[in-house]
Amino acid sequence: MSLIRKMTLFVASFSALLLSGCGDDIKYNMREGVTEISREVYELHMIAIWVCVVIGIITFGVMFYSMFAHRKSKNPNPAKFSHSTAVEIVWTAIPFIILIALAVPAVGLLIKMEDASDSDLTIMVKGYQWKWEYKYIDGDDNLANDVRFFSNLDQASRDMSRNAGSGFSGVKIEDDNYLLEVDNPLVIPVDKKVRFLVTSDDVIHSFWVPDFSVKKDAIPGFINEVWTKVDEPGTYRGVCAELCGQDHGFMPIVVKVLPQNEYDAWYAGKVAEAEAGPDLNERTMSQLMAEGEAAYNKYCSSCHMPNGEGNGPFPSLVGTEMITGEGSLTKHIDTVINGVPGTAMQAFGSQLTEAEIAAIITYERNAWGNDTGDKVQPQEIHDIKNGGGE
Amino acid sequence: MSQEQVQNDNKVMTKKLFVVVIIMVAFGFAMVPLYDVFCQITGLNGKVNGLAVYEEQEPDTSREIKIQFMTINKGNMPWDFRPVQTEIKVHPGKEYEVLFAVKNRTGKKMIGQAIPSFSPNLTAQYFNKTECFCFNQQILAAGESEEMPMRFFVDKDIPERYDTITLAYTLHNVTPDDEQVAAK
Amino acid sequence: MADHKPKGISRWLFTTNHKDIGTMYLVFSFIMFLVGGAMAMVIRAELFQPGLQFVEPEFFNQMTTLHGLVMVFGAVMPATVGLANWLIPMMIGAPDMALPRMNNWSFWILPAAFGLLLSTLFMDGGAPNFGWTFYAPLSTTYGPPSTDFFIFGVHLMGISSIMGAINVIVTVFNMRAPGMTLMKMPLFVWTWLITAFLLVMVMPVLAGAVTMMLTDRHFGTSFFDAAGGGDPVLFQHVFWFFGHPEVYIMILPAFGIASAIIPTFSRKKLFGYSSMVYATASIAFLSFIVWAHHMFTVGMPVKGELFFMIATMLIAVPTGVKVFNWIATMWRGSITYETPMLYALAFVILFTIGGFSGVMLALTPVDWQYHDTYFVVAHFHYVLFPGAIFGTMAAVYYWLPKWTGRMYDEKLAKWHFWLSIVFVNLTFFPMHFSGLAGMQRRVPDYAIMFSDFNMMSSIGAFGLGLMQLLFAWILIKVCILEKGEKATDRVWEDAEGLEFTHLPSPAPYHTFDTPPKID
Repeated sequence: MSLIRKMTLFVASFSALLLSGCGDDIKYNMREGVTEISREVYELHMIAIWVCVVIGIITFGVMFYSMFAHRKSKNPNPAKFSHSTAVEIVWTAIPFIILIALAVPAVGLLIKMEDASDSDLTIMVKGYQWKWEYKYIDGDDNLANDVRFFSNLDQASRDMSRNAGSGFSGVKIEDDNYLLEVDNPLVIPVDKKVRFLVTSDDVIHSFWVPDFSVKKDAIPGFINEVWTKVDEPGTYRGVCAELCGQDHGFMPIVVKVLPQNEYDAWYAGKVAEAEAGPDLNERTMSQLMAEGEAAYNKYCSSCHMPNGEGNGPFPSLVGTEMITGEGSLTKHIDTVINGVPGTAMQAFGSQLTEAEIAAIITYERNAWGNDTGDKVQPQEIHDIKNGGGE
Repeated sequence: MSQEQVQNDNKVMTKKLFVVVIIMVAFGFAMVPLYDVFCQITGLNGKVNGLAVYEEQEPDTSREIKIQFMTINKGNMPWDFRPVQTEIKVHPGKEYEVLFAVKNRTGKKMIGQAIPSFSPNLTAQYFNKTECFCFNQQILAAGESEEMPMRFFVDKDIPERYDTITLAYTLHNVTPDDEQVAAK
Repeated sequence: MADHKPKGISRWLFTTNHKDIGTMYLVFSFIMFLVGGAMAMVIRAELFQPGLQFVEPEFFNQMTTLHGLVMVFGAVMPATVGLANWLIPMMIGAPDMALPRMNNWSFWILPAAFGLLLSTLFMDGGAPNFGWTFYAPLSTTYGPPSTDFFIFGVHLMGISSIMGAINVIVTVFNMRAPGMTLMKMPLFVWTWLITAFLLVMVMPVLAGAVTMMLTDRHFGTSFFDAAGGGDPVLFQHVFWFFGHPEVYIMILPAFGIASAIIPTFSRKKLFGYSSMVYATASIAFLSFIVWAHHMFTVGMPVKGELFFMIATMLIAVPTGVKVFNWIATMWRGSITYETPMLYALAFVILFTIGGFSGVMLALTPVDWQYHDTYFVVAHFHYVLFPGAIFGTMAAVYYWLPKWTGRMYDEKLAKWHFWLSIVFVNLTFFPMHFSGLAGMQRRVPDYAIMFSDFNMMSSIGAFGLGLMQLLFAWILIKVCILEKGEKATDRVWEDAEGLEFTHLPSPAPYHTFDTPPKID
């Protein structure tokens, strides 16, 4: 891991980029991707690079020649000219022509990229601070079998990032999918034109999957459309590209592209899951605590911290009024379900299952020495969400 | 040119430049209505204002356009909100009615406001609403539910390249804070 | 009043002398440069390796936000205003700026503005954390309480810049010595005049944008909130209508500096003076019709994207003319390589590299892959650091002997230059690669495939940070310790311009009380 090796790599990869142009190694160049569009984008990118490299070599070549040949020791008597209309017209016109030559393929490609008509499948993509929700628009009027789920950063990445140690001698992270893995990936069929309708619940996010050459801003209150048609089954990874708050770097996108029959089987499974309805079975205290710890670390710990003590604007949950105060349980449940308007505290009622909410609340009220002994069951949460309680 | 003359010229010019500054501040704010006008002409963000009037006309039965209806709840909006028909096929020039179902599942009175958005966004200018719940706020008492109508027709001059229009309504919670408190 | 200088603190508080005010601007901007640089060090330390090692993501976002704001509004812009104050009156043969008292105010507003902005670091809820572009609704509904102080700070910076710009315009139009026609003015004066017009046109729009934010936050309007009939994308339009010309506000003065330095050390007249003026004016004009190229992914109609793509690419034409003119100036000249010339040449080369990535970014379909990645970070740091900041450093080395009467330490300055060149490229060039490979902007942590390039960038950045301390030492040596050989009145062999041909070194406190004769 010597510095020399890094420097050599730098010089090597720089020259590789200039010399090869085809860049199999995705580490320093744009990837070609797995769609017709992404390959065309990649080609245009390479053309643009080469145009710049050639112009650069000519321009800087002339400049370096002049710096060398016209230095004072070699050329003590400077020339007197300071104007030449002919030359100036030439070097205004040539860049103009080059730019037009670049713009022509760009225009055609852009029009193709913006044409989302004739799609086979529509999926709503909704950004949240800091996760994604996917909802398959199936065209039938039955609500009970909607396929809809959230996609969060996986727990392993979360732990690694927190446990990386401090200072320059931090722990070396070696997982190739660090920060690029989620609990529930988006699943789409291969060779089908899939249209994404991108929107957001809170701030602006941006849905980016480099392998598809798809990037579209998720704007709260509006829908944006973008499409892709993937050639090869596989797992493709992207990230949120627009600054959306503290965990902007921690909301990856994973898309699994399956052959049609596997996709159909997966989709049927999801529909069956939805039809089965939420799991409202009663749980013991230790079950709630175990499920609660897992869910808390996934959804709550990035703001309230794994030790519950909060951070900056995010309040502590240890021994505070909200948790241990007299009769605070109702307020606590209401806060988790409906959020606190005007703050980063979201309304988790629509994002988490009843079981998760019950477990998180039980965990928060009994972990870190809070020890209130309060136990909340999924059924209670279900009743409150449907007009009971209060 | 005398010293005084120069100072006088300076003052005059400074004043003129401050006028430019004020005009540019005004321009900054004028970008808001300008953007709205631009959006209304192009339908850019779906904010094509006002009700259209349907005039009896011969529908273009040679074309069929798929209209998808989508509903989106803001995270802090606990109502059920869904299109009764999620998808219909229409002929341009013909008027249709669809329903959106809404239910306030909470134990308190709340106010909602639906905001439309179209995709592809430029289709908004061809989509004419003759009646829509989205022009008003919805006030629902605890547990109350409602089916809200929306009547519309698609312009016959909609370009051929559009075969699908998606209309998404985002339902915002606009209940004032004090009412929420009072409800408790 | 021969060369009487008031003494003590009141000289600086109440001064209306353009040279004093210029000095204060330059000192202030250098302090801000170090503050913003320290923030960059925090950023690069966190990004040295994958994983969270030094700061929380929330604080990281505050650092990126303040780094951007401090560098743009606190370092680059005041530095060029400082140069304008020092140089424009001497270059056009005027005794002072046209509005000396306003000049004093416009400077003293700045420390207040930045005191306010930096004080947010110590407030409950932390400093602004939404990026220097402060997109709504992250900065409105979701902004921290300190956002209001940020808004007020931006208002103050805006007022200061507008007053400074008005001063420049009035000075250039009314205060030129007899015979100094517009087309005889040095190019630095021309580029600053055009910059000043850009400032007067766009700073008020920025003020409008932050005012709308303020009313959205506190007075129930919803300019940028869909729930009330607004649109978050509108914010981006208003912001970039300011933001794109702002980019040229930062770079145009550096164009003027290069146009002064390259002829001197090539011992040849500037090639194509009038085409340089027209090119600058066309760049300024085009800057008003390209703003939405920052927003290619927000979902614009195709026709809009095409318009902004073509208009953006057109900017390459006048910019190319400028670069070719500088090279033609050197052609068959008699070139020597003192530090100002080295910086000016590095400026031309590295700024052009930033220009190349700019042309690539202009291509909308490909921009979908570049947008909001480190490729963009590399692009704008190439035009700003080796562009605007190297330009300013070239100017400081070039005119410092005229200001102080002493030559700087040429040997140390050469070290400063060569090490800066190595570190600036080591810092920013790898960012092209990490961006193309898929690393998004404004993240405190990243996937391991970006590790190597980030480590290089961090090492480069630490070196670049150290270089600024060396720069500070070089300046202290000349300005405070008063070491270094005496400069001649002409300073550089054949340097052109009234400040070199008509004035002694150091330039006296009051100059051109009687206008010089221009031939």
